[in-house]
Amino acid sequence: MAEMNILEAIRSAMDEEMERDDRVMVLGEDVGKKGGVFGATDGLFAKYGEKRVLDTPLTEGMIAGAAAGAAIYGLRPIAEMQFADFVYPAFNQIVSEISRMRYRSNGTFGLPMVIRMPYGGGVHGALYHSQSNEAYFTSTVGLKVVAPGTPADAKGLLKASVRDPDPVMFFEHKKTYRLFKADVPDGDHLVPIGSAEVARPGKDLSIFCYGYMRTCALEAAETLAREDGVEAEVVDLRTLRPLDRATVLGSVERTGKALVVHEANRFGGFGAEVAATIAQDGFEHLDGPVTRLAGPEVPGVPYHHDLEEWFMIGPAKIVDAARALAAY
Amino acid sequence: MAETQAQPRHAELGLTDQDVLDMYRAMLLARAVDERMWLMQRAGKIAFIISGQGHEGAQVATTWPLRRNHDWLAPYYRSIASAITFGMTAEDIITAHLAKGDDVSSGGRQMPGHYGGAPYNIVSLSSPVGTQVLHAVGIAMGAWARGEDVVALTSYGEGTANQGEVHEAMNFAGVHRLPVIFVCENNGYAISVPLEKQVGGLSVAARAQGYGFPGVTVDGDDPLACYAAAKEAHERGRRGDGPTLIEARVVRLTSHSSDDDQRRYRDPAEVEALKQQDPLVGFGRQLRELGVLTDELDQQLRAEAKAEINEASRRAEARPEPDVSAAERHVYADGEA
Repeated sequence: MAEMNILEAIRSAMDEEMERDDRVMVLGEDVGKKGGVFGATDGLFAKYGEKRVLDTPLTEGMIAGAAAGAAIYGLRPIAEMQFADFVYPAFNQIVSEISRMRYRSNGTFGLPMVIRMPYGGGVHGALYHSQSNEAYFTSTVGLKVVAPGTPADAKGLLKASVRDPDPVMFFEHKKTYRLFKADVPDGDHLVPIGSAEVARPGKDLSIFCYGYMRTCALEAAETLAREDGVEAEVVDLRTLRPLDRATVLGSVERTGKALVVHEANRFGGFGAEVAATIAQDGFEHLDGPVTRLAGPEVPGVPYHHDLEEWFMIGPAKIVDAARALAAY
Repeated sequence: MAETQAQPRHAELGLTDQDVLDMYRAMLLARAVDERMWLMQRAGKIAFIISGQGHEGAQVATTWPLRRNHDWLAPYYRSIASAITFGMTAEDIITAHLAKGDDVSSGGRQMPGHYGGAPYNIVSLSSPVGTQVLHAVGIAMGAWARGEDVVALTSYGEGTANQGEVHEAMNFAGVHRLPVIFVCENNGYAISVPLEKQVGGLSVAARAQGYGFPGVTVDGDDPLACYAAAKEAHERGRRGDGPTLIEARVVRLTSHSSDDDQRRYRDPAEVEALKQQDPLVGFGRQLRELGVLTDELDQQLRAEAKAEINEASRRAEARPEPDVSAAERHVYADGEA
C-alpha cells in the first residue's frame, strides 16, 4: 500500500498505463513541460516525450476530435480538458462523433479514449472554473461517465478507463486533488467501471453521492451518528453511467430512505435519474420521499467567498437534509 | 540524331495509359452510381440522396495517390467517387443507400450519403459538417506519434471550410507538420448560398498560408491537375513536411440534394452552362487527345459501368433488411464477441 492524494493517484495511473501500453498517449493544454495546470501530468513529458505527451493549442474541439481520430487509428488517447467548464467547444465532437461512432458504424469503429476533466467548485473558481456539468454527458448514450472520490478509486478507475473499449468521460473534482491522502493498493490496481461502493454501511437512510460529495457525506454520516444516533449508509456511485442499479436498489432495500446528493444544480441533474430509478424500482422498500440535495438553480458558482459558500454543498447541508428525511 | 519528344501529360506525372483509363473508369462508375441513386430516389426506394455529380474528376484524382488499406480517408457526403477510388464498391454504396442490414457503412443506421467503412480505412461520417476533418488530423497525429508512414486525406465543401473545427484542425496540423491532405471541393454553393457570401477573400486555399503550409487551387474539372497536386501533397506528407490544402474548383451539376431545387436560387442559364464543365466530358476529351481513348473504347467503358451498376443494384436490393431486434446492439462494446 502506498499513501497518495487523488492527483498523485491520477498521475500514477497514467504513468503505469503509458508504461504498460505504448499506444497510450496524453494530449491537452499545458500537459507537457508544465505537467498540467493542476500537475496531473507532471513528469510524463520528461519520461515519454512530446509524441506521447502532447501540448495542444487552445482548441478543445481539436483535442477531442484529434483524440477520436487517434483512437480510430488504434491509439489509446487520454485527452485533458483543462477545466470541465471549457469542454463546450468540444461538445460537437463528444456528442455528435465520439458517443455515436460505434453505433453509427454498426460496431465497426470503436473509440477507446478517455477525456479527463477537472470539475466542481469550492476553489474560488467562479462561474467558469467550477462547473459540475456531468449531466450533459450522463444523458448522452454511448459515453461512460466516471467520477471517483478517493485516491484508490481515482487510480483504479482511470486505469480501467484507459483499457475500456469505449469513450469514458472522467470527472475529477478539483477540490479533492490534494484534499487528503489515502492508501492505494500496490500493483496493477483496477476498479471496474459500473460498480458503486458502499463507503459506510448504515440502516436508517442511504446517501448517494460521488466525487467530492463522498467526503462530505461521510463526514455528515459521522455527525448524524454522533449527534442523532442516525446510521446513514453512504453509497459512492463512482460511475454515473452505467449506473450500478443493483447496489443503489440494494441499499434502499436495507434503509428504506434515499438522499441523493450532488453539487450540480438539481433541475434535470444526474440525481433525477438516481431518484427516478429508486422511485420506480425501489418503491416497495421506500419509507420516505426520495430526496435530492443539489446545487442551487443559478448559472454557476459565484465568486465571492460568501457567495461560493452559499452555493457549495458540504457536510452541514447534508446533515440538515438527512435529519429531515430520517425524521419522516 | 534522336529527337527528344515531350512526354504526354499523364506520363510526365508517372501515370500509364492504363492508369488514366482506370481513373476515367472510376469516374464513370461513380456517375453511374450517382444517377442510379437519383432514379431509386424518384422511384421511392430511397428517401433522400445527395449527389456528387461534377465532383468526380477531383475526387478520383485526389484520392488516386493514396495507398488502399494503408492510408486513410475521412470523406464527406458527396464523396461517392472518392469512396469508390478507395475501395468501396458500387454495391456497397447502393446497399448503404437502401439501408440494408449488412451495409458496410452503418448496417442501415445512417442516412444515405454517410460514407464509411472500416475494411477500407474510410472513417464513418456524420452529418454535422467538418467534424471529419479533425478525425483525419487525429489519424495523422497517430501516424506521426508512432513514426508510421501513413497519410490521411479528408474532403469537404467550401461551406464547411468555414467551420471552427476546420480551423482548429488545420492549425494543429500545421504546428506539428502532420501527414494530412485537406481537399476542399469548392463548387461555389453551400446549398443555396454562393461563394461570395461564404468565404471572405473568396479563396479557401489562401488560408493555408496562415497555418504555415501550402495551399493550392486547382481546376477540379481537370483530373490530371488534381492528381498532380494530390501526388505532391501525398509525397510531402510522407516526407514529414506536413499538410497541404488543395482547393479544387468544381461544379455542382445537380441540386444540393433530393430535397433541394437549385432553380430557386440559380439562373437556369448558369446551370445549363455548367454542363460544359462536366469533368467526365472534359476528361474523355483529354484522353482522346492523348490518344488513350477512342469512341469505341468509351462506349465499351460506359457499357461496363452500366452493367456494373445494374448488377450492383440487383444484388443490393436482394440483401436483407436490418434486424430490428438488434437495434440496441453496438452502443457499447460490452458483451460483444
